[in-house]
Amino acid sequence: MTVLGKLSLSAIPLDQPIPIITSMVLLLVMFGTLALATIKGWWPYLWREWMTTVDHKRIGILYGLLGALMLLRGFADAIMMRTQQAASVGGGTGYLPPEHYNQIFSAHGTIMILFGAMPLVLAFMNFLVPLQLGVRDVAFPTFNAVGFWLTASGALLVNVSLFVGEFARTGWLPYPPLSETGYSPGVGVDYYLWAVQISGIGTLIGGINILTTVLKMRCPGMSYLRMPMFCWTAMASSLLIVAAFPILSATLAMLTLDRYVGWHYFTAEAGGNPMMFVNLVWAWGHPEVYILVLPCFGIFSEIFPTFSGKPLFGYRSMVAATLFICVVSMMVWLHHFFTMGAGGAVNAFFGISSSIIAVGTGVKIYNWIFTMYGGRVRFEVPMLWSMGFIVTFILGGLTGVLLAIPPADFITHNSMFLVAHFHNVIVGGVVFAIFAGLEFWFPKVFGYRLHAGWGKAAFWLAFIGFWVTFTPLYVLGLMGMTRRLQHVDFPEWQPWLLISMAGVAILLAGVICQITQLVVSYHQREALRDTTGDPWDGRSLEWSTTSPPPSFNFAVLPRVESQEAYWRSKQEALAASQAGDAPELEPFEMPRNSAVGFFTAFFAFTFGFAMIWHIWWLAIAALIAAFAGFVIFAWRDTGEFEVSAETIASAEHQRQLARRALMEPKA
Amino acid sequence: MSGVQFPASHEAADRLRNRPDLRAKDPVPALPGTGQGETGPADKRILVSYGFWIYLLSDIVLFSAFFAAFAVQHGASAGGPRMPQIVDVGRAALETGLLLASSYTCMLSFAATHRKNLLWTQIFLAVTGLLGLAFVLLEAQEFFDLAARGITPQRSGMLTAFFGLVGLHGLHVSLGGLWLGTMMAQVQVKGFTTQIVHRLTCFNLFWHTLDIVWIGIFTIVYLMGGAS
Repeated sequence: MTVLGKLSLSAIPLDQPIPIITSMVLLLVMFGTLALATIKGWWPYLWREWMTTVDHKRIGILYGLLGALMLLRGFADAIMMRTQQAASVGGGTGYLPPEHYNQIFSAHGTIMILFGAMPLVLAFMNFLVPLQLGVRDVAFPTFNAVGFWLTASGALLVNVSLFVGEFARTGWLPYPPLSETGYSPGVGVDYYLWAVQISGIGTLIGGINILTTVLKMRCPGMSYLRMPMFCWTAMASSLLIVAAFPILSATLAMLTLDRYVGWHYFTAEAGGNPMMFVNLVWAWGHPEVYILVLPCFGIFSEIFPTFSGKPLFGYRSMVAATLFICVVSMMVWLHHFFTMGAGGAVNAFFGISSSIIAVGTGVKIYNWIFTMYGGRVRFEVPMLWSMGFIVTFILGGLTGVLLAIPPADFITHNSMFLVAHFHNVIVGGVVFAIFAGLEFWFPKVFGYRLHAGWGKAAFWLAFIGFWVTFTPLYVLGLMGMTRRLQHVDFPEWQPWLLISMAGVAILLAGVICQITQLVVSYHQREALRDTTGDPWDGRSLEWSTTSPPPSFNFAVLPRVESQEAYWRSKQEALAASQAGDAPELEPFEMPRNSAVGFFTAFFAFTFGFAMIWHIWWLAIAALIAAFAGFVIFAWRDTGEFEVSAETIASAEHQRQLARRALMEPKA
Repeated sequence: MSGVQFPASHEAADRLRNRPDLRAKDPVPALPGTGQGETGPADKRILVSYGFWIYLLSDIVLFSAFFAAFAVQHGASAGGPRMPQIVDVGRAALETGLLLASSYTCMLSFAATHRKNLLWTQIFLAVTGLLGLAFVLLEAQEFFDLAARGITPQRSGMLTAFFGLVGLHGLHVSLGGLWLGTMMAQVQVKGFTTQIVHRLTCFNLFWHTLDIVWIGIFTIVYLMGGAS
């Protein structure tokens, strides 16, 4: 037993060019950024304004940044997978060694779901929920920061695995007995376990926070049935987080015990039960899909009314459908293993409950379509993504209903058809929503719009690229191609694989357009400035404050008297041709910045890394330091400061100016 | 009431008590500061206990996964000892008694907190901690006894599930004890500030929840498991 546990120089894969070159580039970028920040003297600013921030809007932005970076990383994995398969037909072996390819598909799934989509969805929930509810903050601001930094340290662990050691070769859900020590003796699965465990706790914290915020912190007058649809979906998603993520924690803890101390939860021998893992992990994993997609439905439910100039069609049925999906999504997990011998009755129950979800989703789809019907539809970029979503998601839903029929599932199970299906719903549902939401709320977050031309180019390339990539996979699935193949034996599959690879190239062009759009918009930010706080003629309360909002969101808490609160007050003001009386200002308290989130995550990362490499002393030291940090934080007396009257008055003045600008007829 | 603010639920209860004409089926007007209906954001105390309740629910879900594992594996003894051979119901009953008593003293400490009585709060917290410590020590003794007989979690799936479930609860009680120590120090140094009373509320909720979980373990693992 050495001081560094299992860690030695041989953990760095010096003989494999791809991970080494990638990690060298990553390290260069990282150290370059750090050096730049040091030279320019940005650290005090970064520390004060970002690393210790407890402002829900900034935490939302941080979540967004993390998610976007991980999305790029996951996309790089996807490019490698598609090119590898297209290049390795017949006798060919492609360019990736099998064990590296296995790590790539595991990393792709893990990163895209848990470190890409999840933070991006949490970014929207964090940024929007308090603004839409008309309150100044989330329920637990400091705790919220802890949640974000834990997620970030989990993501860091996954990326460290690229350079130090290896990642799991088991798929994005490490099924035993393959993931048990006997079959996966390396540190790959351990990286997975600790990264996902740590970030899962972060997500649970975020869920508790959002749930409490929605249930207990709405502004005066905002009853449940006056809440914007996004808040409903954020609440449903948080309910699912609270119900499902502890199952993930438990499952990963059990597998950890199996691997570290030789217990027998999931081993193939001595009374272990691998099937129990599959049940438990999908009891989390299926709701997880809805945790991701429900807030995305909320995003679309905000975009369709705004760009159709009409209230959301069937608001109450939308609420009911959301809660219906929330409940039923917990009852369908077994459809992930129809073929594993549960028997006819069980399969029938889960087949029917899975299909029934399509009813709730169908209600939503019709509501969005009817919202557009008879409205004045403006084809701005967010609306393009939303309409692209409807087309894409419907096909994903249809193939989902097909897969929910057990006999059909026996044929398509574990095939590329399945791969195409879930990309159809996750890309069509979640990724399109994230880009729609990005275009829609970007002016609110940063104070200027995004360049529309590049946005439209990005949308069309992504939309076409998506179909070109995944339609061939449906065909390949029906031809019998299973997923996760390192090389492909049948030459007749190659044309389809090549088409799919071409689709990835189109998608790549879309990604480049998206990045170009950000850069171009930043350079033209003065021309694209949003002075009114309400660039799209919005309907909910976040548009009633300035863009970007002051740190306390609202100088005076709004008072809500109807659904679509801001729309109503705008109409009244327009009718009276005046912006309303100046409200009475009262001082209030806001939470202080705190380093506790950053330190907790630092120790969590250290602990995780030490556990992965069996460096026991470091793990114990990290735990003790974390407890000490907890006590020191708890000893703090004042967590809040009073916002000065001048600050409040100046924010309110700016908002009044913005509202008056809205009153003026458009040039 | 000597200036001590009761939680809103107490106020609501009092109001119902004083107004016999108000029946439960009549709509009760929402109280300001509870975050119900249209009354605006709840105050800090409500937020803290509400959020902590939600955390506790998630903790119960965590336990439920370990309960499920035990339910699946309680017969998977892999040729080793079976449940009735490892269960000592007498000791488990004693543990149950200790934990229930600690819940009672914990509640007494909270009553003292409500009266802002530092001495009795500390005394009852200390008694709660000692009872919890005795519980953990008994459980450790049980684990060591079993290990001495060669009965370890590595032996079979059943034992894994047994040690996992009981151990997880023991870990919670131990961490609760650590928290309790921290709280006693804080109460002593800072007195009953708003923040500290909020934290004591959370600690109480946590401790009682562990009691409820233990009732499940005692029933399912020791009584039912020991009898099967």
